[in-house]
Formats: sequence, C-alpha cells, structure tokens
Amino acid sequence: MMSTPNSQPVVIYRKRRNAELALCLLAAAFGIGGYLITHLNRDAALPSNWIAVSAIWLAICIAAHLVVRLKLPYADPVILPCVLALNGLGLAMIHRLDMSFDPSPNAATMQLIWTAIGVALFAVTLFYLRDYRVLQGFSYILFIVGMILLLLPLLPFLSSPNNAANGSQIWIQIAGYSFQPAEIAKIVLTLAFASYLTENRDLLQLAGRRVFGFQMPRMRDLIPVGVMWAAAVVVLIFQNDLGTSLLFFGLFVMMLFVATSQVRWVIIGVSAFAVAAYVIGQLAPHVATRVSSWLDPFSNYEANYQIITAQFGMAWGGLFGRGWGQGRPGLTPVASSDFISAAIGEELGLVGLVAVILIYLLMVARGLRAALTSTVIFGKLLASGFSFIFALQIFAIIGGVTRLLPLTGLTTPFMSQGGSSLVANWLIVAILLLISHQARRPQVATVPATVANLADDETSLINLNEGTA
Amino acid sequence: MNKSIRGVALFVGVMFLALLINATASYWIRTDDLVNDARNTRVRDEEFGGPRGPILAANTPIVQSVPTGTTPYAYQRQYLDGPLYAPVTGYYSYIYGRSGLEQEFNAELTGQADSQFTQRILDTLAGRSPAGGQVLTTIQPKVQQAAWDALGNQEGAAVAIDYQTGAILAWVSTPSFDVSQLASLDFPATQAAWDQFTADGSTVMNDRATQEINAPGSTFKLVVAATALANGYTPDSVIDTPQALQLPQSTHQLSNLAACGNTTKTMDQALTLSCNTSFANIGMALGEDKIKAQAEAFGFNSSLGDGLTSAASVYPTGMSQAELAMASIGQFDVATTPLQMAVVAGAIANGGTVMEPYIVQEIRGSNESVLSTHQPVVRGQAMTQANAATLAEMMTHVIKSGTGTAAQISGMTVGGKTGTAETSVGGGDHSWFTGYIAEKHVAVAVYLATETTTTATPIARSIMEALP
Repeated sequence: MMSTPNSQPVVIYRKRRNAELALCLLAAAFGIGGYLITHLNRDAALPSNWIAVSAIWLAICIAAHLVVRLKLPYADPVILPCVLALNGLGLAMIHRLDMSFDPSPNAATMQLIWTAIGVALFAVTLFYLRDYRVLQGFSYILFIVGMILLLLPLLPFLSSPNNAANGSQIWIQIAGYSFQPAEIAKIVLTLAFASYLTENRDLLQLAGRRVFGFQMPRMRDLIPVGVMWAAAVVVLIFQNDLGTSLLFFGLFVMMLFVATSQVRWVIIGVSAFAVAAYVIGQLAPHVATRVSSWLDPFSNYEANYQIITAQFGMAWGGLFGRGWGQGRPGLTPVASSDFISAAIGEELGLVGLVAVILIYLLMVARGLRAALTSTVIFGKLLASGFSFIFALQIFAIIGGVTRLLPLTGLTTPFMSQGGSSLVANWLIVAILLLISHQARRPQVATVPATVANLADDETSLINLNEGTA
Repeated sequence: MNKSIRGVALFVGVMFLALLINATASYWIRTDDLVNDARNTRVRDEEFGGPRGPILAANTPIVQSVPTGTTPYAYQRQYLDGPLYAPVTGYYSYIYGRSGLEQEFNAELTGQADSQFTQRILDTLAGRSPAGGQVLTTIQPKVQQAAWDALGNQEGAAVAIDYQTGAILAWVSTPSFDVSQLASLDFPATQAAWDQFTADGSTVMNDRATQEINAPGSTFKLVVAATALANGYTPDSVIDTPQALQLPQSTHQLSNLAACGNTTKTMDQALTLSCNTSFANIGMALGEDKIKAQAEAFGFNSSLGDGLTSAASVYPTGMSQAELAMASIGQFDVATTPLQMAVVAGAIANGGTVMEPYIVQEIRGSNESVLSTHQPVVRGQAMTQANAATLAEMMTHVIKSGTGTAAQISGMTVGGKTGTAETSVGGGDHSWFTGYIAEKHVAVAVYLATETTTTATPIARSIMEALP
C-alpha cells in the first residue's frame, strides 16, 4: 500500500477540456436532432420556436461545460457529455411522447425546467463545494436522514396518487408536488456509507470465528449489515418495491466490499438478502404476481398490459426502429417515466437501445475510473458507490423493461420524466466530477521536501490509511 | 482497494453485458411472435391504415384505399359500391377482422405475398414505402349490376359463371350491406353498424350465393337425369308418372305440381314439365349410391371454388326409399348453394366437364405489372360428352315449352331448369332457376328465398341478357 514517493512516476493528466466541449456539442446534437427529426417526421415542418428551443438546450449544455472548465479543469472529460446526451435524448423522447396525446401534457417543458434546475444546482455545488471531503464525517446523522427519506412514502398523509398507479409505495406528495425521496436518499446514504466505511474499514477487516470453514467477521461488525438488511426488508415488505430495496442494499454491500476487499461481505450480504426475498416471496402474494408477470406476462394480459404493450412496441420497432415520431410509444402507459427505454427501443430500434445502454456503460466506467484514480479513500468509496448505484439502477429498470428481470419502479437516470430523479442525479455527477478533478489534477507537494530516511532514525509506523491508499 | 474496485467494474461489466445480450436475444427470439400477435395494435393499425392495394372488376376499382392525411391511419378503405360487391370483396374492419377477398388475398393486397418479394426489395432500395398489390376479379360489373337490379328488394342470390373457364362473372346476394360502414375509422360507428347488420332477424351479411345451402327443389332433377342417362336411360325412356305417388313405408303422398297427367311420361317430358312422381320413381330405381356419385362428380359434398371458400352442398346418405324419393326432387336433406347449381348447369352445357369456379383473374404489383394470371382448372368430368349434349338439349325444351318459358331470349340457345322447394320451416317456397346460354358459354343460377309473383326464372333472363 505504501511506497516510496521517489520511486513512483508522477502522472500528469491532461485537462482535455476542448475534447469535452466537442463531445458536449455532439451530445447536444443528439437531443436537438431527436427533437427536430420528430417534428420533420410527423409534421414535415419544424415548429415555429425550434430555434429558441434548440438554443436553450445548447446553452444549457455549454453552460454545464463552462462551469466544469472553470472550476474542475482536470475532471474526466467524458462523463458530462454522456450525461448531456442521455438527458437530451430523454427530453426529446418526452417531447415526442407529449405529441402522442391531445391535449399535450407538456411534460417536456417541465422536464427542461427541471434539467435547468439540476444544472444550476450542479453549478452551485461546484462553485461552493471546493473539496468533497468536507462531506465526510457525518455518517450516523446522514444515515438516519437517509433512512427517514427512504421510509417517508410510508407515512399516510404524504401518500401520492402515483403510488396507486404503479403499485409500489415510493412516491410522496407535498403541496401538490410528487417526488421520490429515494432519489435524494441515494446521495445521502452513499455519503453516509462512504463516511462510515472510511472510518471503520480496518475494524471490518478483522477476522472473527470460523463457521463451517467460513471465516466470519466479528459478530459486532455484523450490526451495520444487519441494520441495512432490516431496512431493505422493511422497504421490500411495506413499499412493495424490490428495486429500491435491492438498490440500497446492493449499494451498501458493494461499498463494504470495496472498503474491505473481502468477498465474504458480499457472500453474507447476498445470502441474507436472498433468504429474505425468498421468504417474503413465499408469504406475499404480490411478489408471486410480479414474478409471473416477468416470466409469463401473457398469462394475464390485462394485468400485465404495460409490460406487454412495451414488448409489442419494441418488437414493432425491430432492429432500426420506426424512426423518431413514427412509432407509437404513447400506447404504453407512463411511457415517459419507467418505460422510456421501451420508447427508445420502439423508435430507435434495438440499435438505439443498445447505443443508450453503451452510453450508460461509458458513464459508469468513467465514474469507476475516477474511483480508481482517486488517492483518497473517502473519494474512492464515494465514486465507486455513485457509479455502482447508477449501474444497478440502469440494470434494474432497463432489465425490467426488456424482461431480463422482474419490473421495478426505478427511474432511468437522466432520461425518465421526473424532477427529483433528475436533480439528484445531476448532484451526483457534480460530486463525481469533483472527485475526478481532485484525483487528476497535478498533486501539489506530493514529494515532501525532506524524505525521512528509515535507515537513519528509529521511526514509528504511521498509519496513513486515513489519508491515502 | 483498487483491486476490489476493479472487481466491482467487472461485475458492472457483467450486468451491462447481460442487458445487451438479453435485448439482442429478445429481438431474435421474440420479435416474430410479438409482431404477429393479434393484440399488437401497433401492427394492426399500421396494416389497417396502410396503402392496401385495390380490388378491381373489369380494371375499375371496386375497393380502394385513399390517403387520409392523418395518423395513425394514413389510408382509408373505400368500398365503391359496397352492397353490390359485399359477398365478393368481404370486409376489412379494424374491430371485426377480414372476410372474402380481403381475407383470402390479404398477403397480396398488403404487398407481403411471396410473389411480391422482388417488388418489396426494389421499393425498399428506392426508398419508396412498399404499396400493396392489385387484385383483379373476374366479375363483370354490368352483369353484376343486372343481377342486383333484377333481384331488387327480394331476398335471394344469383351467380353467373363462364362455364368454359370457371370465371365467376356475377356473384350477388340480397339484401346486402354497405361494407364501407365496417371499414370506418370511426370505431364506435363501425360497432354500431356491425350491431345493426348482425342484429336478430338481420341476414344482410349472409352470402346466399356461396355460403348458404338450401333445398334446390326441382333443379336437382338435372342431377337425377344425368345419373339416369349414365345408367341406360334415354330421353325417351318411359317413366311411370301417377298424379300422386304413395311413398314406401310412409304415410306421405307425393304429388305433381305441374300438369303431368296420371299415366306415364318420357324422361324428356318429365323434365320439361318438372314431374315430381317421374323423378321420384327414377331416383328410387337408380338408388342412393349412383345419384350420390353423380352429385359428387358435380361438386356436392365438398367446397367449390378457387380463391373463395364456399359452403359444401349436401347430398345425404343412408336414406330410406321414401327419403330417396324426396331427395330425387331436391327435397329432404338435399341442400345446395346457387354457386353449385350454376356449376351443374355449366358442366352439362360444357360437355360434362366441370370447371373449377374462380374469382381472381390476375394479381398485379403496385406498378400494374402482372404477377400471376389464373389458368382455368378442370375439376373433373361429370358426364360423358354425349350424355351431356343430350341433357343440354333436354334443358332447352324446358325453356321452349316447359316451366322455363320466362327465360326465353330470341336468337339464343338457352337451356335451364326451374325449381320450387318447400321450406321445412314453412312461410313460402324457395324459387330456383339454373341454366345456360350457349352462345355466351355462361351458366346462371338464381335463388329466391321466398317465391312471390316473380320467380327466379325472369331474373335469370335479365342476367343472361346483360351478358356482353
């Protein structure tokens, strides 16, 4: 883990801001292109305000880039363009879905406003959060806040009509506005886990007794896993949402693994969750319904209409899709949120859907790259946590829509209609870029002026784990 | 720690790989089933609103699709004279599916038939959206219209066939319905129209020409006469013809409707005057098996037609002598379509050769190029040429001096047979005529559900007079 600084070659990362700008312009072109092609295909004419709309989106893209250029010149140049491409495609598809309905729900305008708010908060974060390490150290408070957010939808007076619509208790409604508190909880809990694990990773690595030849951790170290497991079970039972439950428990287990490098935590976590999920599945009839609607949706056409009609749409789209505006994704209920990837599959085809999945993969891979590059444990945990939660979310929702997994009520990051998800994800990107920037910028005074010569003095071992890896 | 992050990266890679493999595998494995599922409204709407090819009669569209300029249905199906051609074209409805030619030639009309493969490729390469093919029917609009006008507001049907080729020149069933109402893009209106057409007591959607079988009455005597000629009878064979015939093992007495006397008649006279007791005696003498074989040679007990699916006409088996006697005058359980009776008359006029009736002459591509042309198909030889000529000659006597004088056309050789069948449910008798006009080599069959002051015979003459 430690090495003599002298022997290590100093890597100077290039800023690559111009590359990022070029990619951002390309990404902006995706959204604008989708928007314009939809109108040309449907009306053979562009709307009167197309210049203004395109200019607004281009301005948002360039503004986001300029903030990064100004504040995080060494940040990864690929993450932001990926996010802008996905956000733009989402906007274009939501606008396209608006056109399926008369009167138009005008959801795209709201989504554009939320995007602007998200980018604004992104900018504010980058201007005021100079160093993400100030977020470290509030693990218990953050954990409690996160859990409260997660369980908020269970309070009856906050219940949102959206819950009844898709059968899981993951929405709340305050003053007429619905949002998913789990989206904010994502950030809060990732911060909490990263803080907690940074402080306690040494303890968690200690060995406990062997059980059946399996090296268990110490019993007291199992308490946090137990607490998270209990929380996941509560979410699963009371919110009827396997997706959210799996998301947070999976996040925690994965961060535990990253922090300790011990596979046993994964084995313990996965088996505990599998047992709970199996038992609940045996006891709760709605779980069996979910599973049957996954394995054999046609056995109950009426109940599984949404997933079936999404399959119809994607099959009709075929390899290359019907083209922007020429499919009928509006036939799928709530296509603009949970099923936006099905709308992509219908109009842009398998090819388009695969492209979107690959953009997500690129984004996640770049986030993990930031985790690898970072020299700060808290940063490594935070970056890998955020990247993984994106990956898990994408896997669960696109996997659900394409019938790889049972369907869950998760959002498709940056694409699904919904303000809470969009804003939360933009904040996550801000922190990811910050970690990346701090990891890639030339390290000031990495080589101490005087190097201690171990041969000269009697030295004591200094635990550097707190700061470096 | 980097090692475990790389482990996470590997796991993420596996998750995304699973997504990509699943999406691709779904495309290969599930697409066909999902696209062909009848509940896939996207596909159904696309086809329903697609540029479906026209159905033509004498090169003039009788059904066509016209652009609407709206979505999702870019085209609207128009039935230009819906009631007149309803039994031929069938309907194409969003809610109720397809029937008739719209069903039989759906692949050709949508451009998806194998014969249109090259056209599809060329259209795709040229960037044109593939258009449906054209279906040219054998219907002669003038003859069709004449049959329609002659039937008027009576319940009945008429069929005219070129007996040398089998081409169906007229195919009418009355009363009929406006097919356009079922093809409407206004689905509640479609539903209302359907409910009205199919309401209790409404029979407008019944195709009496090819789908309904009814007792043929005395027109069936042609089949019995054909059997008799094949079994040693001649037109001059003398047949016992009492005014009333006590049927064996039955209380039923069969009597003659026409003035046939109370002694004997030659078979020729018996056919001309349509004497029931003569043909009951011939039938009982011949036996069920021989008549059945002759009936089946004409097409009974199987579906007739190429490009259409007609109901099979019925000649029953296992009859008692009394039942056989009744069957020999086209009663009891004998039941036929007008199409079948036209085929009988046509085969007799055609030297005994039964031509398979057909309705589609040509399939054309969207660019009018001929993709396939129908070649006449011989269904079989029902009679020897000599016997057929004899029976055809006997049929002219019916028109000259018998029950069919109303079908006389000056200067033309017309042969035929009239019929009146008692309906089992009562409420009036069916009226039939089947015959041929030699100069036009056309056979005609007319059926009226209820005989009124007009019978089927003058209607048949109107149709024959309209022939080009």
